[in-house]
Amino acid sequence: MNNKINIKAAGKTFGDGEGGIVALQDVNLGIASNEFVTFVGASGCGKSTLLRCIGGLESLSSGSIEIDGAAIDGPGVDRAMVFQHYSLYPWLTVTENIKFSRLLRAGREDITSADVEAASGRADALINLMGLNHVRDAYPNQLSGGMQQRVAIARALLPRPQILLMDEPFGALDAQTREVMHDLILHVSKLEKTTIVFVTHDVEEAIYLGQRVVVMAPRPGRIDSICPVDLPEKRDQDMKLSPGFLQQKKAILTRIRETAGMRTDYELLERMTRQAEQQNDMQ
Amino acid sequence: MSSRHKIFAGWNSLWVIRGHLSRQTYLMFALAGMLLPLGAWWGVSVSGWMDKVFMPGPVDVLARTYTWFMDDDLMSDIWISTYRVVAGFTLSAVLAIPLGLMIGTYRPVQAMLEPLTDFIRYMPAVAFIPLVMLWVGIDESSKIAIIFIGTFFQMVLMVAEDVRRVPITQIEAAQTMGANRSEIVSLVIVPSAKPALLDTLRVTMGWAWTYLVVAELVAANSGLGYSILRAQRFMQTDKIFAGIILIGLIGLAIDQLFRWLHRKNFPWMYKK
Repeated sequence: MNNKINIKAAGKTFGDGEGGIVALQDVNLGIASNEFVTFVGASGCGKSTLLRCIGGLESLSSGSIEIDGAAIDGPGVDRAMVFQHYSLYPWLTVTENIKFSRLLRAGREDITSADVEAASGRADALINLMGLNHVRDAYPNQLSGGMQQRVAIARALLPRPQILLMDEPFGALDAQTREVMHDLILHVSKLEKTTIVFVTHDVEEAIYLGQRVVVMAPRPGRIDSICPVDLPEKRDQDMKLSPGFLQQKKAILTRIRETAGMRTDYELLERMTRQAEQQNDMQ
Repeated sequence: MSSRHKIFAGWNSLWVIRGHLSRQTYLMFALAGMLLPLGAWWGVSVSGWMDKVFMPGPVDVLARTYTWFMDDDLMSDIWISTYRVVAGFTLSAVLAIPLGLMIGTYRPVQAMLEPLTDFIRYMPAVAFIPLVMLWVGIDESSKIAIIFIGTFFQMVLMVAEDVRRVPITQIEAAQTMGANRSEIVSLVIVPSAKPALLDTLRVTMGWAWTYLVVAELVAANSGLGYSILRAQRFMQTDKIFAGIILIGLIGLAIDQLFRWLHRKNFPWMYKK
């Protein structure tokens, strides 16, 4: 197998004994190089936990995660991560935030001035790519949420990571900004040839972005099904209204609803409506 | 619309919950807040309701401040008190900041030191005076020690809290970019907590001043707190007023200095 990422019998339990919560149980998945995989599922299905385990921020209780055949042990510069929010450094300008990872290497001996120059060129290229030129000297709190996430993505991409892990990165953005970010990240994935693992609760987003959508289910957190997305490689917003897209969206939403263990109690709602009507009648 | 109606609408708009005031209106209210108590004080003192011995007026207090300055070496009282406060406070800060940083960053340090600090901070600093006198003696260092005891334990816990408020995503972002432990502390936690730390210093500086009077109970023969205590013995209420107001003014000046430092050092917090 020539997978970039191999998740093998991954298990994760929070707490121990009877109060322990099984966040992940026997998760097996291979992700190819330069693949764009999205994860959806009801809350508590472990999709974020799995992403954090790949990032090395959490460790597995059992099983393993391999990158290019080598089991991971903690975070590494080959795997960059973009969070939902609050991850930028508010005391640094946009450019300084993007170059932050360079700051970390500056203290190490193996760095040459050519490296520093290359990094500056790389930062400029990313600033252009993400459309941040007019705000390069601004501070994060002067930017809108969408612009802040552009900075976070540029910062993550600076050291040319092979894998980009995204944890609901557009969850706090408004619908229009989100559409713009979708096309931007698709463009980036093609240009940078990064393998992208993307967690979201938005099924439409998952289908639009992913080559495969992994549906996870809660209690215990596990993979429910894997849905290959049958859309042309070059996506555009109109595809979201095509019959194939809507059909797949419906199928995935149904799976999530069935596994969520949460359901609208129509009987209860009807009973409450009847009671309210009776009271109105009496008055 | 009648002009009366307009005035009424203007008046109502002042009381919008968490509403907005123009700078001019704000200054007007601020000035009123300062002048009304001053006026009331002056009114009470000239009305003759209270004996002048117990309730000197603003003019008496000003006059006393002047003679204190001319004949009684006010400046050296201010100087020695400021020195004690700043010395006790600085000693506190120098120890509390690294310790609080450790407590807020590493769980074992927190487990070992936080409950202890929590316990000690509830012990009244004043009750330590006899011990301090026995251990440290009655020279300058004993006054500094009292101010230190009064501020240090609170400061450690506040610093630890400031450090813990650094968003975990800021730390995790650095981890995924390959930062090691010391890089996370020096490049993320410290710069991220700095504005809150300066605010903590500003607040604890205020407490250091309140402990000054307590510290100068300890066999002092100089300083603002000492002068206030001695003035009581001689029924010089005007000097008591003068001393209290002076401490308030110095405190206010230092507070403003900290606020200025905040704006100067953290410009990114003030840009929107």
